[in-house]
Amino acid sequence: MCPSSPEPVPSPAPPLSPPVPKLPDRLSPARVSRGPDVGPERPPGMLSEVFATAAMDGAPTGFVLASLSGVTAPVLWVQDRLSRREAGVPCLAGLPEGLEVMHLKVSKPLDVLWALEQALGAAGLGGVIGEVWGDPPALDFTATKRLALRAEARALPCWLIRRAASANLSAARERWRVGSLPSLPDPEDQRAPGQPLWSAELFRSRWRAPAAWVARHEPGRGLVLEHGTEAEGGAVADLQTAAG
Amino acid sequence: MSGEDKLPVLALLPRRTTDPQPPRPRAGNLHPDRPRPARPRPAVPAEPRPAPPAPVPADAETFERALAALRAALEVEVARPRKAPDLPQPEEEETFSPVGTPRAMRRPGPAGAPARSGAAESRPGDDDGPSRRDPAPRRILSLSLPRFAMERWLRHLARGAEAPPEDLPMALAVEGPHGPVIHATNRAAEAEGVHAGARVVDMRALLPTLRVDFADTGGDAAALARLVLWARRWCPWTAGDGLTSAGGAGLVLDTTGSDHLWGGEAAMLAEIEGALAVAGFTARAALAPTRGAAWALARFGGVREVCPAGAVETRLAPLPVRALRLEPATVQTLNRLGLKTIGDLLAVPRLSLARRFSREAPASNPLLRLDQATGRTAEPVDPPEEPPRFSVQTRLPEPVEDPVPHLPALARELCAGLAEAGHGLRRAVLTVYRTDGEVASVTVATSAAMRDPAHLVRLFDGRLDRLDPGFGFDLVTLDAALTEAMDQAQPGLAGEPHAAEAVARLVDRLSGRFGGGSLLRPAPRARHVPERAEGWSPAMAGALPPRLLRLRVLRPLRLLEPPEEVRVLYAVPEGPPAQFVWRRQTLRVSRYDGPERIAPEWWADRPGTRLRDYYRIEDHLGRRWWLYRAGVEGDGRGTSPEWFLHGVFP
Repeated sequence: MCPSSPEPVPSPAPPLSPPVPKLPDRLSPARVSRGPDVGPERPPGMLSEVFATAAMDGAPTGFVLASLSGVTAPVLWVQDRLSRREAGVPCLAGLPEGLEVMHLKVSKPLDVLWALEQALGAAGLGGVIGEVWGDPPALDFTATKRLALRAEARALPCWLIRRAASANLSAARERWRVGSLPSLPDPEDQRAPGQPLWSAELFRSRWRAPAAWVARHEPGRGLVLEHGTEAEGGAVADLQTAAG
Repeated sequence: MSGEDKLPVLALLPRRTTDPQPPRPRAGNLHPDRPRPARPRPAVPAEPRPAPPAPVPADAETFERALAALRAALEVEVARPRKAPDLPQPEEEETFSPVGTPRAMRRPGPAGAPARSGAAESRPGDDDGPSRRDPAPRRILSLSLPRFAMERWLRHLARGAEAPPEDLPMALAVEGPHGPVIHATNRAAEAEGVHAGARVVDMRALLPTLRVDFADTGGDAAALARLVLWARRWCPWTAGDGLTSAGGAGLVLDTTGSDHLWGGEAAMLAEIEGALAVAGFTARAALAPTRGAAWALARFGGVREVCPAGAVETRLAPLPVRALRLEPATVQTLNRLGLKTIGDLLAVPRLSLARRFSREAPASNPLLRLDQATGRTAEPVDPPEEPPRFSVQTRLPEPVEDPVPHLPALARELCAGLAEAGHGLRRAVLTVYRTDGEVASVTVATSAAMRDPAHLVRLFDGRLDRLDPGFGFDLVTLDAALTEAMDQAQPGLAGEPHAAEAVARLVDRLSGRFGGGSLLRPAPRARHVPERAEGWSPAMAGALPPRLLRLRVLRPLRLLEPPEEVRVLYAVPEGPPAQFVWRRQTLRVSRYDGPERIAPEWWADRPGTRLRDYYRIEDHLGRRWWLYRAGVEGDGRGTSPEWFLHGVFP
């Protein structure tokens, strides 16, 4: 956690926390993305913020759950009241298979932050999702820094979904802006929407250069990031393999 | 005497008692720091046994009879020769074999040493259950609070800085059938002749300066229920004894095995009366082996009377029959029959009493009350809730207002006790006993059994702010209200807790802060209406229900609760509308999939509920929604169907 730790060993773990587990393979670079410009290895746990381009869009939720795919431990999902009211509550039947969710309903954004901190202090979780509506004053640089340090100490992914929000000062290690794209055609029904695509723009990052991708969730591979042309080509290839 | 009152009245038979010793002279053990002066009570002669003290008006005849009964009892006890040589030990011989009631207890051991009767000396014919009860004598403490309602009202006035002067006659009134009647009085009013049950207008005529307020009997009952819990500071088994019609109240405590914690029974009685005096209540306490005897001695006996195990009948003999918790009508009947004291009643053959009163309710059955007082019939103390098995406490020399510094030590001690017994904690209650006779408590719960003191202390974080300490408390207890058997678990080599355990503790903290219904785990239900299939159960509930089979059809990632109606701008005959308005934004449907028809659940929905046709649509911006039409055109269940947006696809 602390770079100024007196220990000479460059360990990412704080002195009081248990040893950091090995990098899970679900977050290895080959899983996270494909393509030449993936960059260095992605840290296992950090605070990431996802901004929704449209407040009611479902793309940020799908993006976060796709990046958490492969997690077997329970995931804590905290929502404040406005997020529940405006963007809906998690639907059990639609959650990805194998994902165990604990849903916490709180009223204020401050309670979301408190619950996230508590969850980041506990072992045994696979990830933490928090949803905050708007730009509450409680969600300032200090609050995000606390979350970021705790997430790195525990090596636990912590996702903050922001709706109707502006990208103010924040200590999040990754900041995404995610929106929906027209989906791939359904190979069985030309009129129907097929596999969903999202536009994912990484506009701030600590570990790689910012860029924009077309993202999608593949059941076996988790989150797949591609450039636009690749996505279309891949889709065409998928269609051809499906037809052939 | 009317015919129905006829009873074979016998002369006062000489009565043998088991405790021949005269009443012990009691030392003046008034509590030293009691703020109130000693109660004005008629002087009690030390020897012989006193007549019933005030407020009973001295009845010369009653007094005389009581003296005679007591004298006879004592003389006979000394002069009585041992008879019945066939029995090894003297038996408590009844003058009459009662109906359906066994003979009195025989004591096989040395006199006074209680023991369970063996089969050797028990005759098969008349030997049955009730006489062979638990040989360890119970010690029941009865507390009488004769001015409970008035003192509660005075305390309320004093808190509002409106305390009236001591000599102002005051009374509390309740509504009677012919106007308000007096319910409770203070000492000044009582000295002027104001008494409970009289009409307020009469008492006002008698005493124009009388201040009358209305009584709060419901509040009295609630305060008594809280006082019952507060009395747990002395012993675990406490129960209320009801409110009286004259503004008094009673408590009953089973102090068996608790008195040594207070330096003996006499010291315990003094401590109890002193603590109640600090809380503002006048109390009279007595200790006896049975509830009935303790009740009688607390109200009609001496000051802080302690009745040893064998002396119940001797002590009760001089008391009036009113001391048997009988109704006034029954008391009057007995008095008309010439039975003024309990000693008189004890001398009457049981068969006669049974024949006359056996069909009566307990409150008007002198035989049953007599049996309860002498211990022939069991009458246990029934506390409102069972005392916890694991409980630790800290007693403070001075009242304080913050329990936080005492919590870690209490938690350590409680968890050590739980570990020794192999139990884990599911619910813990921190209770503070305030000096004003109230209790305040905070409850925390855990989702899995645990006995980690640090975690227990952490669960109380932020919860103790809501604890009302009043003007301070001097006793803190931490009870394990609910425990489960729990085995030792081996932690990891690095000392970290198990993952499941860590998650359980997180669940405890989050549920404790946001409420048990806020943190949910999926518990899907086998329903086919989408919002009914969404089952969530509190994470505190523990075990999860079995997982259901997943649907093959696509479901959204988020559901709107409730579904929101959209305004159709451009309807098409087949499929979803081409254009609609939802939340003031116009959405154009570019692609859709469906319909998926979901019928109403006929076993759960009211008749006339319309079916739903669900469409998965994609709008012109690429966002994907779940839209449904309630009903179809011409289904005879209403007007043209409406459209609702129910979910959001990723």
